[in-house]
Formats: sequence, C-alpha cells, structure tokens
Amino acid sequence: MTTSAISLPQPVCVPETKLWLDMCAWTVRAGFPSPAADHTRKRIDLNEHLIRNKEATFIFRVKGDSMSGIGIYEGDELLVDRSIEAKHGNIVLAVLNDDFTVKRLYRRGGVVKLIAENPLYPPITLKDGEELLIWGVVTRNLHKLY
Amino acid sequence: MARAHVQALALVDCNNFYVSCERIFRPDLARVPMVVLSNNDGCVVSRSNEAKALGVKMGQPWFECQPLAQAHGILAMSSNYALYADMSNRVMRILGEFSPNQEVYSIDESFVDLTGTPNLREVSYAMRERVRMWTGMPVCVGIGPTKTLAKLANHVAKKHPRSQGVFNYNALTDAQKAALLQRIPVSEVWGVGRKLTQRLLAHGVETVLDLREAHIPSLRAEFGVVMEKTQRELQETPCIQMEEVAADKQQIIASRSFGSMVTDLPVLKDALSTFVANACAKLRAQNSQAAVIQVFLQTNRFRKDLPQYSPSLAVPLPQPTHDTLVVNRWADALCERMFREGYQYKKAGVMLSELSPVTHQQGDWLEASPPGHSKLMQALDHLNARYGRGAVKVSTQGAYQGWQMRQERKSPNYTTDWDDVPVV
Repeated sequence: MTTSAISLPQPVCVPETKLWLDMCAWTVRAGFPSPAADHTRKRIDLNEHLIRNKEATFIFRVKGDSMSGIGIYEGDELLVDRSIEAKHGNIVLAVLNDDFTVKRLYRRGGVVKLIAENPLYPPITLKDGEELLIWGVVTRNLHKLY
Repeated sequence: MARAHVQALALVDCNNFYVSCERIFRPDLARVPMVVLSNNDGCVVSRSNEAKALGVKMGQPWFECQPLAQAHGILAMSSNYALYADMSNRVMRILGEFSPNQEVYSIDESFVDLTGTPNLREVSYAMRERVRMWTGMPVCVGIGPTKTLAKLANHVAKKHPRSQGVFNYNALTDAQKAALLQRIPVSEVWGVGRKLTQRLLAHGVETVLDLREAHIPSLRAEFGVVMEKTQRELQETPCIQMEEVAADKQQIIASRSFGSMVTDLPVLKDALSTFVANACAKLRAQNSQAAVIQVFLQTNRFRKDLPQYSPSLAVPLPQPTHDTLVVNRWADALCERMFREGYQYKKAGVMLSELSPVTHQQGDWLEASPPGHSKLMQALDHLNARYGRGAVKVSTQGAYQGWQMRQERKSPNYTTDWDDVPVV
C-alpha cells in the first residue's frame, strides 16, 4: 500500500490485530485427505506467538548489513521488547551517540562492546565519556521471503 | 472523618507527554529544546523542560515564539495524534495492572486507586519505573486521599526534583500538610482557573491552605457548590467523582453510571452512542471539532466480589470532526475492541480531546476553491488516482472537511503504520 497523507477512517492499532492460522495436530501427506481433518484445534494468534509483552514491544525496520551474519538484512522488521533487561549476548537496539543501532551486546568483566555480525564492521568498544543506552532487546526478526 | 477509610488515590501524569512521545523515537532530540504544536501548527501544546526554561509559554502562538526559537534553536513539531494515542494506550494499560480501579482522566493522566496497598512508596516507584522502562515515558505520581489532593501531590512531584517523581500526601503529618499547602498558590488547585483565582484573591484566598480553611458558608455563597466540593476535597473528604469533573475546554467528557449493570455489547454500544451524541452536540455548540476520541468502560469497583475490568482506549480521528455519525463509528469500534464477555459493566464514557475551532479550517478550504463542488470532485479524483481508489471518499457526514489540516512538521506514525516504523 502506498503511504498516503490521507488516512482512511479505520481504527489503527497494530499490536491488537489478530491474525488467525489453523493449527493442526497432524502431518500433511500430499495427495491423501487426512481422516483427522475434523480435529482442528484452537487457532494460533500470531501476535500472541510473536509478542511476549505487547505494551512494551515496538517494531523497527533494519537499515544496513552489519547484522547479516545472523540473518538480519536490510528491510527486515525487528520486534523490540523494552521490558527485557538486556544481558550479555542479546541482540539489542542501542542508542550510541544519539543514534539507533542494532548489535550484539557484549558485557563481560567491566568491558562493554557492541558487536556487529558482519566481519566488515569492527566491534564498537565504549570509549570514556561515551554513553550507551539500551533501548530494548530484539526478540524477533520478520524477514520477508515472498 | 473515618480515618480507617482514607483512600490512597494516585494521579499518574506523563511528563511533557507529546514531547516525550516524540523523543522516544528520536534519541537525537533528547536534549534539544523543543515544542509540539496544536492542529494547524498554531499554538504550543507541549514543551520540553529546555523550552520551558527558555520562557516558551503553554498555549503561546508559535509565530510569537519565532525570535526566541531562532535565537535558541527551538525545534517545533506538529501533533502526531496517532503516535500519542498509541503511547497513551500503552501507558494506561500498564498502569491498569497496578489496580482494578483505574480512571483514565485524559490522554496523559490517569487516576489509580491504590487504597489498601501495602508498601505504597515502593509500588509508586515501581509503577513509575515500569512505565519508563516499557514505554520510555517519564511519569510523575501524586498520592492523596481525594482526587483534588492527588492532583496537587502530582504537582509537587513534578516541581520538586527531590521527590524523584513520587509524592505521597498521605504520608505527611498535619503540620507538614499545612506547611505544604501554604506554599502552593491557590491557582494550582484542580478546577481553579485564572478567573476564579482572581476572584479568590479578591477575597483574600491566596494559598491552597487559605482555601482549605476558608469560611464554608461564605465560600459557598460566593462561589457555589463546586468550590465547596473542592474545599471539602482539600479537607480530605472525597466528593469529586469521575462524571463530576468539569471538562476543560480542551476536552469534552460524556459519561454516566448505568442504572443496572450491563453485560451485553449491544447495550453498551447503545449507551455510548448517546454519550457520543451529547459530546458532539457540545462540540458543535462551541463550534469546535475533536481530533482524538477515547472510550472507557468500567465495572463496579465497589463490588469486590465481581471480576473487575476497566479498559480505556484512545485513537486519533482521521480528521478532526464534530460529526456525531463519524464519532459514533469510532466509539463503536473501540467498544468492540475492548469489550469482554463475563463482566458486569457499571459505567462507560466517551472523551473527545484535542479540540480546535471549526471555522478556521473550513475557511481555508473554501478560500482555496471556487464555489460549487466541481473543483472538490476534481480534487477527490486526483487524490484517488494518486493514492489508490477509495483513498478519499465522498462522505455525506462531512468527515473530511478538515483534510487539509496543516501538519508540516509531523513525525512518522512510528507505532501504528507499517510504512512508518522507525529505521535503525
């Protein structure tokens, strides 16, 4: 859809739109109708599955290729949860020098680093006087395949 | 007064709400003096602390601030109601988890009943910290035995850095209370506006303490029953309920308690449509239109034996409107979204906010085009061709009369529009 300056008169509230998928208890065999077809269980709510805390979860779009080594590519959409306390090894959305950046958080023995997942980008070690703010922890990557 | 039943009402208020919303997604603006402007970029409706310190006044027309803005590099942004409504909903839901009795008072304020909560101080700080961590929104918490005193306590929490954002009036001794109230000008009391302040001053009432101690019969004779209620609230007797709050000019509330508990969605919707009709009639009577609608439902908080659920949801209207039918559609949609089976609802209401005058915008539109509809239709066709069929429809309800609202400095809809999610 094109971004338009005119919004349509529809309530917008992204995190609550339910997306239903059938969850089945059987494996699919091609070419043969399953006798278990009537036993469809409750439907999956994709929001529930992807978002552990909807009040604290925000969506960001990736720019650049510094995390391509773990499959985060330009244009991907990241779910960022602010309610998680960032730990060593987490992929985080950080604010460094007033700018957003997505990196792996390294925090060991008093050393704090932001590590890219691409050999072209050297790790960023925090210099004296530099302030690092963890905006949130990246919990999911939505990568478009089609 | 029955001391055993002293309420602990918390008023949680977001600091510089609109500016804070913008900064959450723009870390580069964290220390930049900035303001957010009203509809049509007219007046200052939210100021960062830096802008306050530079002397920018609340409600000041932006053109008046130009010399100051240029000298100090004050940044101005247009209102982004989609963003503010979403952030407000997040904050309100988080606060709602701290008590079954929550009353969302405006887009950035909520009463939370913490009566009977042990460790009030810890809970207040936890509430503040959770909202800050989960949403990035800084809030202050004021606690008092009545709404008026909770409001006042919130003012103290905001003004005094030493409070670290939380102030509990209930924890003071009588002497401390008197000393505090004596230091606060009467104009800070909830519901006491500029005109009332002048009249109170003429009667020798300068401080909040003066008002609390004023001679009751004289006060009632001169200022009426509303002021008497305010006084009694200052004396720690609760008497202001939600529906009695006199809405300020920037907000119209229509809400009522039901005669009997309501459990069905159609009945709730029916009630809401009446509230919408009332609120819109008020809007039109004062010739304004609203940009944000908020709907709330409440179960009976005095029936502790029943499950409690008091949701509230705000959305920006696509265009500011005063049209009953348009607003009703939204109230319906919000009600449906919040409604849950199995609860007995005692009360519901509609809040219309971010009001602006109607004439102004219609004038712009008519001036820009010759009389008749042909130009209008051309414009519609053009827009539909450009943005896709159905992007703009002809509405008999006049929903689009303000479509040319000026928002030249608006931030993207970071949280409500896939095409606008922030890039990192």
